[in-house]
Amino acid sequence: MTDREKPAPSRFLDYAPAPESTSILHLKPSYGLFIDGEFVDGHGAPFTTISPATEQPIAEIANADSSDVDVAVAAARSAYTRTWSRLSGADRGKYLFRIARLVQERARELSVAESLDNGKPIRESRDVDVPLVAAWFFYYAGWADKLDYAGLGPNPRSLGVAAQVIPWNFPLLMLAWKVAPALAAGNTVVIKPAETTPLSALIFAEILQQADLPAGVVNIITGAGNTGEALVNHPDVNKVAFTGSTAVGRAIAKSVAGTGKKVTLELGGKAANIVFDDAPIDQAIEGIVNGIFFNQGHVCCAGSRLLVQENIHEDVVDRLKSRLMTLRLGDPLDKNTDIGAINSREQLERIRQLSDIGEKEGADRWTAPCKIPDKGFWFAPTIFDNVSTSSTIAREEVFGPVLSVLTFRTPAEAIAKANNTPYGLSAGIWSDKGSKILAVADGLRAGVIWANTFNRFDPASPFGGFKESGYGREGGRHGLAAYLESAGWASPQAISTTGSTSRKKATS
Amino acid sequence: MTRLAIPKTYKLYIGGKFPRSESGRTYEVSTKDGRFLANASLASRKDARDAVVAARSAFAGWSSATGYNRGQVLYRIAELLEGRRDQFVDELSATEGLTKPAATAQVDTAIDAWVWYAGWADKYVQVAGNANAVSGPYFNLSTPEPTGVVAIIAPQSGNSLLGLASVIAPAILTGNTVVVVASESAPLAAVSLSEVLATSDVPGGVVNILTGSPAEIAPWLAGHADVNAIDLAGAGLLDWVDLQIIAADTLKRVLAPEDGAPPPSLERIVAFTETKTVWHTKSLI
Amino acid sequence: MVNVTTQGLPAQAAQAKAAQAAQAKALAPAERALSMIGGDLTEKSLKLHLEGLAGVDAVGLEQRAAALGTRSIKTTSKAWALDTIIELIDLTTLEGADTPGKIRSLVAKAVNPDPSDATTPRVAAVCVYGDMVPHAVSALGGAWSGGTGSGINVAAVATAFPSGRASLAVKIADTSEAVASGADEIDMVIDRGAFLAGNFGLVFDQIVAVKEACRRSDGSFAHLKVILETGELNTYDNVRRASWLAILAGGDFIKTSTGKVSPAATLPVTLLMLEVVRDWHRLTGERIGVKPAGGIRTSKDAIKYLVTVAETVGEEWLSPHLFRFGASSLLNDVLLQRQKMTTGRYSGPDYVTMD
Repeated sequence: MTDREKPAPSRFLDYAPAPESTSILHLKPSYGLFIDGEFVDGHGAPFTTISPATEQPIAEIANADSSDVDVAVAAARSAYTRTWSRLSGADRGKYLFRIARLVQERARELSVAESLDNGKPIRESRDVDVPLVAAWFFYYAGWADKLDYAGLGPNPRSLGVAAQVIPWNFPLLMLAWKVAPALAAGNTVVIKPAETTPLSALIFAEILQQADLPAGVVNIITGAGNTGEALVNHPDVNKVAFTGSTAVGRAIAKSVAGTGKKVTLELGGKAANIVFDDAPIDQAIEGIVNGIFFNQGHVCCAGSRLLVQENIHEDVVDRLKSRLMTLRLGDPLDKNTDIGAINSREQLERIRQLSDIGEKEGADRWTAPCKIPDKGFWFAPTIFDNVSTSSTIAREEVFGPVLSVLTFRTPAEAIAKANNTPYGLSAGIWSDKGSKILAVADGLRAGVIWANTFNRFDPASPFGGFKESGYGREGGRHGLAAYLESAGWASPQAISTTGSTSRKKATS
Repeated sequence: MTRLAIPKTYKLYIGGKFPRSESGRTYEVSTKDGRFLANASLASRKDARDAVVAARSAFAGWSSATGYNRGQVLYRIAELLEGRRDQFVDELSATEGLTKPAATAQVDTAIDAWVWYAGWADKYVQVAGNANAVSGPYFNLSTPEPTGVVAIIAPQSGNSLLGLASVIAPAILTGNTVVVVASESAPLAAVSLSEVLATSDVPGGVVNILTGSPAEIAPWLAGHADVNAIDLAGAGLLDWVDLQIIAADTLKRVLAPEDGAPPPSLERIVAFTETKTVWHTKSLI
Repeated sequence: MVNVTTQGLPAQAAQAKAAQAAQAKALAPAERALSMIGGDLTEKSLKLHLEGLAGVDAVGLEQRAAALGTRSIKTTSKAWALDTIIELIDLTTLEGADTPGKIRSLVAKAVNPDPSDATTPRVAAVCVYGDMVPHAVSALGGAWSGGTGSGINVAAVATAFPSGRASLAVKIADTSEAVASGADEIDMVIDRGAFLAGNFGLVFDQIVAVKEACRRSDGSFAHLKVILETGELNTYDNVRRASWLAILAGGDFIKTSTGKVSPAATLPVTLLMLEVVRDWHRLTGERIGVKPAGGIRTSKDAIKYLVTVAETVGEEWLSPHLFRFGASSLLNDVLLQRQKMTTGRYSGPDYVTMD
């Protein structure tokens, strides 16, 4: 039977399935730890990574215990002393350029692996995650021999071994955010991907082999929270970089206190997306959707609090609901899927709990009418309207496709409400009036502010938070400072201070 | 016939006013060789709390002042210090046991530090900020902004005036407001500095100075949720790792202890700033 | 000193007064505009209304259009889409060199697009210059809808197409003559010069007048498509205002372009016009048609438009009375794709007819 003879679809919008082929992906049944340039067995009990869309196992993954962490850190230390710190910046850069190209060459494969393991729509891993991974390596590759211009004075020094722990929401992209600047600055790395999403990192390990990166420069160890803890607390690491929850970030900040390890933390957020009555309304609606439903809302900078000016509140909510009716939830590997699977049962449970609390606390719940697949972890796009500032769902990070809608009357009130949170990662502003946008941007206590757009990322653009959203920046020139220390500027001559014999590196 | 001198009452400096400690406590300050100098206020945790409130309420105004304005305000501090050099030389000689030339050198260095930092107020944004060339139709600009309320443990061993300039100036020039715990053993320069600040153009609450025991007050400041950062410059002899652990509860930015007065540096300025990156779409149509 | 009122005033003041008078000038009492804007329909009230519309952020609009363009339409959906595209085509020839023979040839293609496959649907309409309408009507013969609602329509471009640079009287004559000759649809152009000069009222009144000229002797109307020539309007804000203006004045369809100006139809512009039509429907319940024209040459592109229609205003709009493609070469590409789906092999240009 040819395609032509098939019956016409009942609805065009149901679009016939358009699955991305998985034939490009050649997975091994099991993956070891990537230490000192090779895959080795772990000493913990291996675990299985599953597809959150089907709950089917994908591969068996090695589990690093503290002895494996020791070996990995030792490999990184030895690579640092013997190889990487002796290499010229230009040569480090060449390795990073190679990696960028290899990522581009294997982009389709990486995208499929990412969507399979994480549950995010292939459209996002193909059009956002993986292209940004390549861009990140390309950007920092060029910095490797230009560190004198990084703003830290002449001849800034690398730190040594960097311990990096990354989350499951953008598995490979977060790896790139961590590894690229660390290597460009001359550090070596031990990185631990999230327990539920190790797959793309392990394919990345194969890329490092293809790039012929010196053994031990990047070590990838898989495992759960205790593996990360052992890594972060290892006495021979000089730098800790963590992206994840504020609770874990806080614990890390405590555990490294007094050790002199340099720390950067990218933690939670509860971003306000502020829509003024003079907003370009259709783009604002898209921005709201992109702000909270991109990547199933598993985004630390997600625009989870919609602050809408009271006089357009009903119109905006109405338009938003119509728009959400066209979102397609389902198979992450289908090229037409907008909303994929929730990454884990645990996360799904948390989203459900917080949503139930939201309902109990009196907010009006609305859920897009999506057909939920039988297997896997799913949560339909949900809006809570008439949420009060004191509501749990207006204060706690849900990390799921759940939007809280609040109103305001004046720009000053919008700023005050936006800032009324311990977090300070990101915010959005929608208005056609430039002066208002800039003034509101000035007033917001957040590290990234998107005006008339949302959830844009670029390797040249620093990313990171105020307040309890963490400290340090990733991306751009600022991102290098996380992996370098100044060798000192010339002190102003007239003001040589007495009693000061040494200059300690100050920031912790 | 010698005139009977009028001794000064040394008080706290909170919100532009000079209160005694709410606890009513004082402690004796004496010269190196043990001669009585003054009864300084022994600040309590409640004084620290009041100081944080004052610093927070001053933050909005101070941080939104222009860099040019803040620069002039800092320069004005240097001008006033210059006019009261002799007083500070005397106080430093008395409390730190310095020779007159040594005390004079410290005062002069402190004044020069204020001037050096004053000049940064309208420049640090240019040096620490960045225009970012992103691959897309976006205007993208990163600028540093003040972190907020900064608690400072001032240098404790010597340098009781220079130490203050070295920690206060870099923090406030960007728009932060501060709560400073002065040198415990030599607090007179700190109190006199607060008199200078009160008569300068620094708005009340931007700098708050507590005298007393850092060991007693620091944990309260490190744990205070409305403090955004803590400078442990002078906390080297305290249990500062514990302070850092307490500070981690609200993810405060922390600067580790230093030996003596931290030398002037851009890093110190930038340490208590937050980089804000603003994106905006660009289009002709 | 009696005659102080006008002559005594300085030139500037006189100008201001004239402008004021122009602002206060009452516009033609089009029904939609009256109900939307209110009783005192003037140049000024129309201007205020149009300027009060929400702005458009170009970057966001283009990103949304690009995202819609990444939908992957396969198998059954694709087969349905290809047939739907054919049914939505206004098969067009608008050349100075058009002859009765060329029109006959075009009509033959419209009636029977693919002689090798009788299941191929017919196009929605043929679109020609006004003087070619009688030739088109006679060539269509029994296939002509002739206002019956079934069959192929004849659409005529009018109002001094493509520039629109003629007096209103000429535009009206142009229109009535085409209608009298049997045109089922009139594709008029707006006066872009007047629009860009801010004379919204003039543009409005002309559309109202042309609409009136679409009235047939039996009281029914030829359908009016209003061409905005978006390529000359410069900004998306202008496209939104012009779309809104055309609807207020009584247009049945809003159409992007004449095909004679570059850029012609683009996906972002069409998306924007669909958003206007969606908003109009939200407000009034009334359905307005949209016609992108010019520059859509491939099935792949046309499918992006179908997706954009379906996801912006709904599938209901994927019907000839609410959506059209103004195109000529598009048809053959669709036929090639259609043959590929039937045979499973790629086809070639020698297997479809030229026109």
